[in-house]
Amino acid sequence: MEHRTSFGGPLLEVDHLVMNYSTKKGDVSAVADVSFTLHSGESLGLVGESGCGKTSVAVSLLRLQADNARFDQGEIRLKGENLLALSEEDMRKHRWKDISMVFQGAMNAWNPVYKVGEQIREAMDLHIIPTLTDDESAARLMYLFELVGLNPAMLDRYPHEFSGGMRQRAIIAMALSCDPQLIIADEPTTALDVIVQDQILKELKRIQAELGMSIIYISHDIAVIAEVTDTIGVMYAGKMVEYGPTTEVFASPRHPYAYLLLNSTPSITGPRRKLAPLEGEPPNLLAPPSGCRFHPRCPYMTEQCRTEEPFLSDLGGGHKVACWNWQQVPITIRSGSAA
Amino acid sequence: MTEPLIKVDQLTKLFTASKGLFKPATDFIHAVDGISFEIALGESLGLVGESGCGKSTTGRLLTRLMEATSGQVLMKENGSMIDVASVRRGKEMRIFRKKVQMIFQDPYESMNPRRSIYDTVAEPLAVQHIGTVPEREEVVANLLHKVGLTPPEAFLFRFPHELSGGQRQRVAVARALVLNPSFVVADEPTSMLDVSIRISVMDLMLKLADELNVSYLYITHDLAVARYMCDRIAVMYLGKIVELGTTEEILHNPLHPYTKALLSAVPIPDPSIERAPVAIKGGITKAINPPPVCRFIERCPYAADVCRANDHPPLEDKGSSHFAACYLVRKGAA
Repeated sequence: MEHRTSFGGPLLEVDHLVMNYSTKKGDVSAVADVSFTLHSGESLGLVGESGCGKTSVAVSLLRLQADNARFDQGEIRLKGENLLALSEEDMRKHRWKDISMVFQGAMNAWNPVYKVGEQIREAMDLHIIPTLTDDESAARLMYLFELVGLNPAMLDRYPHEFSGGMRQRAIIAMALSCDPQLIIADEPTTALDVIVQDQILKELKRIQAELGMSIIYISHDIAVIAEVTDTIGVMYAGKMVEYGPTTEVFASPRHPYAYLLLNSTPSITGPRRKLAPLEGEPPNLLAPPSGCRFHPRCPYMTEQCRTEEPFLSDLGGGHKVACWNWQQVPITIRSGSAA
Repeated sequence: MTEPLIKVDQLTKLFTASKGLFKPATDFIHAVDGISFEIALGESLGLVGESGCGKSTTGRLLTRLMEATSGQVLMKENGSMIDVASVRRGKEMRIFRKKVQMIFQDPYESMNPRRSIYDTVAEPLAVQHIGTVPEREEVVANLLHKVGLTPPEAFLFRFPHELSGGQRQRVAVARALVLNPSFVVADEPTSMLDVSIRISVMDLMLKLADELNVSYLYITHDLAVARYMCDRIAVMYLGKIVELGTTEEILHNPLHPYTKALLSAVPIPDPSIERAPVAIKGGITKAINPPPVCRFIERCPYAADVCRANDHPPLEDKGSSHFAACYLVRKGAA
């Protein structure tokens, strides 16, 4: 397709993003001062539990946030351009073409009465300017299906004729249809069986290497994130609590939450062992805890944590942690490494 | 193995796939197809497999939420084995329901939103006419304490929507255990919970099983969870048990090609480990009128003439009580 404009800096910079949802009961602090940078060809994983703000960050990147969401601070810069300052009209030009998204559960959102190929063509007609001719779009559809490992004959089939894994492949084809530089994949394999999940993740990795795009994976499953990402961001209650190279964070998580999260994930490798549960419940974001948002559940909590908010500080090599007492966190010996 | 609490023999459930108004059904989905296994007293057996393999149907057959097409489920009750299928409605069924309970997957769907936590947990006691109201309150309060909902008074008169997913699933555990059952079928009880909460619910179930000597049939798609919870694992594929053995045997010495593939596809939460590629292709299909050969033949990378010429292989002991249903696994391989 067309040439990508070259840009010296990072592809995407999220800079001190603050997003609140206004509700009848008050403001819900969904994204609280989140910053990260993504380079071309990089894959980033955002992990955390339900309500930690990972999906809120993702939809913000496309400016598809809910109506009651409000950006109170920060910038989202795509190749230096602040998306939050754009008019809706201008934003629409970036959507799908520069950044596209595989929504959670999208594989079940195909319109049942249209052929899958037609539905992907509709996305291309809306977002590719100038519009492709019939021949061009037919050729592109064939290319996309082959790219995601589907038989191009399936373009003329209806969604019910696809299995779950095939529907998800077609969703990925649709996300790739306008040749984006960044794809956001929100729980792309959560509803799939492990063998199909394995196929889809491998396919995404291959396509990413082939096309040189960036991917942001959003998942609650840290095993999936461990396998597919270069960089990982661990979120808790709207905050980025730890960020860094995936291998580094997994080898030695420094934030107590990240540490406990990794140690409460059962694995089929390594010795069979007792896992450490995380006590308590995630906080109510209508009234987030003072100081560090994790302090009520943290085994290393001190007085400072109650009053002063820790900031994300670099420990070296891009491994960042937002914790006053990160030195107290044990050096992990991962179960897997022992196997 | 100690004496079995549950003995399942050739259990089968067929669903009709085609039915006309006046035309008898000709196509059947073999959801559960002649499976046999035993569960010992106090044992936890994991039933794993992909969606559509028949694991949930098996759970429903064992709890009589569904009637089997054929086969037998025997349960030890008062020193003798009773036939679960022959339990009639009324008094007999009440006794059966007291002994066998179920925990469902979705803590948001499996509770009546208009009943308080006390009503939800005490309902089995009321149905069974056990105790007076004050006695029931005491039993429920004790149980809430046991499942970690403390102080119980703070939860007794709350409603499901006021509780988090993890708390609700604790209520579901309390409800399943209030009658002191000897057998609990747990169908993906933690798959909807967040990781940090999942472990505490699993630990709770393990602790209570130990204290109350309950046997579990633990249904899950997640092998890592099965490993954490279960003494033995049975792997299902298209209505058949293809492998059965102790948890560590299944994980470290899988014999059936399907189990091997399944294990190799599980992502590992450690980026320093490179997984071997998965040997099988495609996805699971539906067992509609399956041909009389091994159910796995289409996806099996090792399928040989012996597999095409014979019926689905029997589940045989391949050594040290490690069972596999595969012609290509020789005896003594375990």
